[in-house]
Amino acid sequence: MSDQEKTIDPEKERRKIKSVKTMKDIMTHYYIEAKTAEETGKKVAWITSGGPVEPLIAMDVIPVYPENHGAMIGASKMGTDLCEKAEGMGYSGDLCTYALADIACSTVNGGPIGGLPKPDMLVCGNNICGTVLKWYEVQARYYDVPLFILDTPFCHTEFSDEARQYVRRQIDEYLVFLETVCGKKCDHDHLRDVGRLSMEGQRLWQAVLDTTMNKPAPMSAFDAFFHLALIVTLRGTQTVVDYYTGLLEEMKNRVAEGISAVPEERYRLLWDNLPIWFKTRWLSDKFAAHKACLVADTYTSAWCGSLPYLDENNFLESMAEGYSRIYLNIGTDRMAEMVVEMIDKYEVDGLVMHSNRSCKPYSLGQYDIARIVQEKRGLPTLIIEANMTDARSFSESQIDTRIDAFMEVLKG
Amino acid sequence: MVTIGIDIGSISAKAAAIAKDKLLGSKVILTGYNARQAGMAVFEGLLKELAIDRDAVGRIVATGYGRNSVDFADQAVTEITCHAAGAHFQDPEVRAVIDIGGQDSKAIALGPNGRVTDFAMNDKCAAGTGRFLEVMARALEVDLDAFGEMSLQADEPAKISSLCTVFAESEVISLIAKGARRTNIIAGIHASIGARVVAMANRLKLQAPVMMTGGVAHNIGVVKALEDKLGLPVQVSAHAQVNGAIGAARLAAGG
Repeated sequence: MSDQEKTIDPEKERRKIKSVKTMKDIMTHYYIEAKTAEETGKKVAWITSGGPVEPLIAMDVIPVYPENHGAMIGASKMGTDLCEKAEGMGYSGDLCTYALADIACSTVNGGPIGGLPKPDMLVCGNNICGTVLKWYEVQARYYDVPLFILDTPFCHTEFSDEARQYVRRQIDEYLVFLETVCGKKCDHDHLRDVGRLSMEGQRLWQAVLDTTMNKPAPMSAFDAFFHLALIVTLRGTQTVVDYYTGLLEEMKNRVAEGISAVPEERYRLLWDNLPIWFKTRWLSDKFAAHKACLVADTYTSAWCGSLPYLDENNFLESMAEGYSRIYLNIGTDRMAEMVVEMIDKYEVDGLVMHSNRSCKPYSLGQYDIARIVQEKRGLPTLIIEANMTDARSFSESQIDTRIDAFMEVLKG
Repeated sequence: MVTIGIDIGSISAKAAAIAKDKLLGSKVILTGYNARQAGMAVFEGLLKELAIDRDAVGRIVATGYGRNSVDFADQAVTEITCHAAGAHFQDPEVRAVIDIGGQDSKAIALGPNGRVTDFAMNDKCAAGTGRFLEVMARALEVDLDAFGEMSLQADEPAKISSLCTVFAESEVISLIAKGARRTNIIAGIHASIGARVVAMANRLKLQAPVMMTGGVAHNIGVVKALEDKLGLPVQVSAHAQVNGAIGAARLAAGG
């Protein structure tokens, strides 16, 4: 069938989120800028997804995220190939597949964008997991560049003064590290502005996610997985603020016009853990066929979950707590409390947990959280065993049956 | 009006017919390569055996891995819901079902109405399933049907520690090489299945009475191993292998 002959479904067109194009343009521009940094004389820092990006933005360093790249590799269905390559290099297949894909990709400049630009420095925050320490050490050796590690103590229930001082002192060391690598002083007034923009971006992102409190929801978690990229990568820039302002407006308009993510939404679900990047479309269609919308998730909300601990009038001081008290760096009881809060807020009917072989810190405790949710709210949980990037751990027909059976339970 | 349930599993295809809350009969054939054909063959075979006219058949519900291949069915329902319905049909008191089929095992918690309240399934692994037993029967050169009785004669059950079918087979071969008795090895295999399935079942709060369904329920050794690990008596469905098909037929009748 030629393009002209393709029938356009007006209902489907109406349902499409129009901001997607702007987002793609911004991300394309961002990656072009990062990949041409050597020619433009800009420095590039690789940074973990939960790392403190604001000082990089303030120092005019381009932040590049191997994890965002990992998501792109997964979505492009190139994860398995790169993971196999890493296994051939001697890395265990049980490791994080973002790490495996990234390490392998560096040696072949593969993946959907021909590899990431060579870093001038690496910035690693262990608030998301312990794997990043070894992963970034491997890459620091490979590229022979300096590595800064921000060590955030685990916050079981609270954030002690000792922890605050410990992390706060490291933020100062971080600034010294950046000044040394960049060969210039940090402009603290500019950093304050960046902090303000970062918080503004996070507030807007939260507002975008909160539009799904509407019934029907104007977007789903699958949309959030896509639109998330900016708050992760360019937090602290005006670009992010402008983009989410536009996206929020589009969502509000969709609510006003009654445009829903899922036609005839009947069931509202909460997603836990990273997306299964190579299967998002399949999963989205699968749930939609049951009139189920994943209205919220614990993953994308992590990039605005620290707002209560951040202070825009004192950003540098508040960073210690803001970067320590994130979803993956707190105790299971507190995680369960947050899940229950989201269940109430978004009025969901059930939980869908991706038990992710590749991400142990996220997957540990899921059965406990499921039990707590069952006890406190009487809601059922579906567990999907998979992997965020590597398709070898995804068994379609088994997962298909589990989803169907779970929906049969919900339908009663 | 007769309603039919068709359960296309990985190894066998089953069909059951129900009318007026009574089980009229059932049939089992091998699924083979073509799930669609197997569905049609088991359906037609059952009608022939029961001398039921095609026109007398009302609704048909398909279940099992091949449920979507049965294009002449009115509805596809997962085997989880069907096993619960089948167990409830046989004994309304049942509150838990443990089903071990050819390539999967599952634990299901039921409400008083026979509806599923929670379930757990094995992950991407054949250990703790019928396929696991088949592999072991081949390694031991014993007919699978004899497994149950033989395991009851064990005096010192062997320890099979591996969770993987392939590695467990190596373990069994090395036990054979060491001269361990077949009966003890088989008892060890059953204990290993019991441990694995109960570890999964314990994710749910299972309540008695527990019914075991699926082809593996015919193996008394596995049933005993499950009782042992579960600490609860396990009743075996009188129609263990066709329980899913019975449930599907029951659901087709609106039950």
